[in-house]
Amino acid sequence: MSLTKSFIMALSSIISNKVRSLLTMLGIIIGIASVIVLVSVMNGLTGEISSIFNEFGTTSLTTSITPRSNKEVKPEELYEFAEQYPDMFAGVSPNVSVSGQVKTPDSGDDYLTGSATGVSEDYYDIKRVDMSFGRFISYEDCENRSKVAVIGSYQAMYFFGLSSKAVGETIRINGTPYTIIGVIEEEAESAESSSDDVIYIPYTTALKANGTNIVSSYTVDAASDEVVDEAKALLESFLLEKVGDSDYFTVISMKAIIDQMLEMMDTMEMVLVAIAGISLLVGGIGIMNIMLVSVSERTREIGIRKSLGAKHKHIMTQFVMESGTVSCIGGIIGIILGVSFAYLAGRLLGMDVAPSMGAVGLAFGVSVGIGVIFGFLPARKAAKLNPIDALRSD
Amino acid sequence: MPHLVELRDIYKIYHVGDSEVHALDGISLTIDRGEFVAIVGSSGSGKSTCMNIIGCLDVPTSGTYKLNGREISNYSGDELAEVRNKMLGFIFQQYNLIPKLSVIENVQLPLLYGGYSDKEQKVRAMAALERVGLASKAKNMPTQLSGGQQQRVSIARALAGDPSVILADEPTGALDSRTGRDVMRFLQQLNREGNTIILITHDNSIAARASRIVRVTDGRIVYDGPVEGDENVAHQAAAGREEG
Repeated sequence: MSLTKSFIMALSSIISNKVRSLLTMLGIIIGIASVIVLVSVMNGLTGEISSIFNEFGTTSLTTSITPRSNKEVKPEELYEFAEQYPDMFAGVSPNVSVSGQVKTPDSGDDYLTGSATGVSEDYYDIKRVDMSFGRFISYEDCENRSKVAVIGSYQAMYFFGLSSKAVGETIRINGTPYTIIGVIEEEAESAESSSDDVIYIPYTTALKANGTNIVSSYTVDAASDEVVDEAKALLESFLLEKVGDSDYFTVISMKAIIDQMLEMMDTMEMVLVAIAGISLLVGGIGIMNIMLVSVSERTREIGIRKSLGAKHKHIMTQFVMESGTVSCIGGIIGIILGVSFAYLAGRLLGMDVAPSMGAVGLAFGVSVGIGVIFGFLPARKAAKLNPIDALRSD
Repeated sequence: MPHLVELRDIYKIYHVGDSEVHALDGISLTIDRGEFVAIVGSSGSGKSTCMNIIGCLDVPTSGTYKLNGREISNYSGDELAEVRNKMLGFIFQQYNLIPKLSVIENVQLPLLYGGYSDKEQKVRAMAALERVGLASKAKNMPTQLSGGQQQRVSIARALAGDPSVILADEPTGALDSRTGRDVMRFLQQLNREGNTIILITHDNSIAARASRIVRVTDGRIVYDGPVEGDENVAHQAAAGREEG
């Protein structure tokens, strides 16, 4: 007896019991759909998160040093060190924070409490800053301790109402006037405390404003993704030599943070899929249950078939095929529903949610597998029936 | 040439609680090609058990059963299925058609399990339906047919595999007497065409259509011989002849 023949037989048996078949499939449908939705949404979320982090640059190493007398790391020293390894390091920028009131000559009593970050010209490449107007801080600005500032769109909107109007204007930070030379492209709808709420000034100017020459934080850019770990180790050994004690400095790799985050997302996804997997298991048990009922209902049919010469394998094939087909159809419906819901969820969450072909393929495989495995026991029960007892039953 | 059916000292013993029930109590019987044998007995006499064993639906507790010279008492389930498929055709009281399969699909079943190609199945099933005069109903569902027609479908199914023995278990039991007579006439015709038929019945008037009577009582054969030798059947046979 060919498989196509038994498939057609299974299909007609399913069709003749539409409502029951649908109810039987329900567990598989829900299970498969939820696995696909979860996997897709988690994939979308992971993509979203890693793209956000990637904007900051996956190659940056954030270094902070606890200041101790005679143990500080001067910008020149770090520059010199980084220049020795051009294939390891792409740039260095000190980070010097100046906090206080931010206002304009015209703003009167109206001011923002915030901070400006003193950086070098390298910062532009390290953080992949996009300018919407004007330019970023240059090498000369740092050399000359120019009183210039690059502001985010939040400040620009707050004080000048329009990003394009800000360039050339003056902004006061703790009373010191800075000429605005550039405005950074809007990224987060110009919200307060967002990535648009920033002011950058030359780090030399910032040091002067703070009345110090000690830099306690640097952003170092590794040359590429591949050398991040190596560059980090190299930087750490340099700092150890300078600072003397590894407790007094830290180097945080953005890539490590992202990797950790992605790993966490993976774990979360696994947990969620496992939970959804439980409904698949329940669905499988549902199939087994219905198949057992179907075997008892069709005992007589089995007896007739056996009396006409059906062997063990014929009856097995018939019932396994039937449960496999039920769960297979359930799987297909589940996949269709899951993919549609995933796209819908992506729409609602404003995310790029794309169900992977791998997940769809796996879901289909799992549903067929469940049908076959959970159909096996009832099928064996049917095949083992004694023809005489089976024929006598009603 | 070996006997077609050869039962020797067949016992079938059931255990009910502590007691033993001898459904068959030492039956020996031979049937040859072309015979039309009626196994007659009242209910509980063991005739059904006898037919189940001849039909390879059940195995004896002890004794030997040779079908066409082959000893099959210790065959496995699958081997017995193969024997049923190739050598035996069943006609049941309740027709035992599968309701959700069409007439022709029902007739095809033994051919399906016999491993015939799709095309061959259709050709042979159609030929069998033609023999019982129901070729025009091939696409119908069994429930759309009358009882007599359904029984003819089941006869077609029994004939489809071209078996050595046709076993008819109370074939007229569910039919009115006229349709029952038609079915019996058809079985007689099949016998004249050379088919071996074993009929199991409690009804003496039905048994009278056979050419040999095997009367079973309490698991034993009490009479085995021509119709004329069995009082009850002979009486019925005479009555039947008078009737026409």
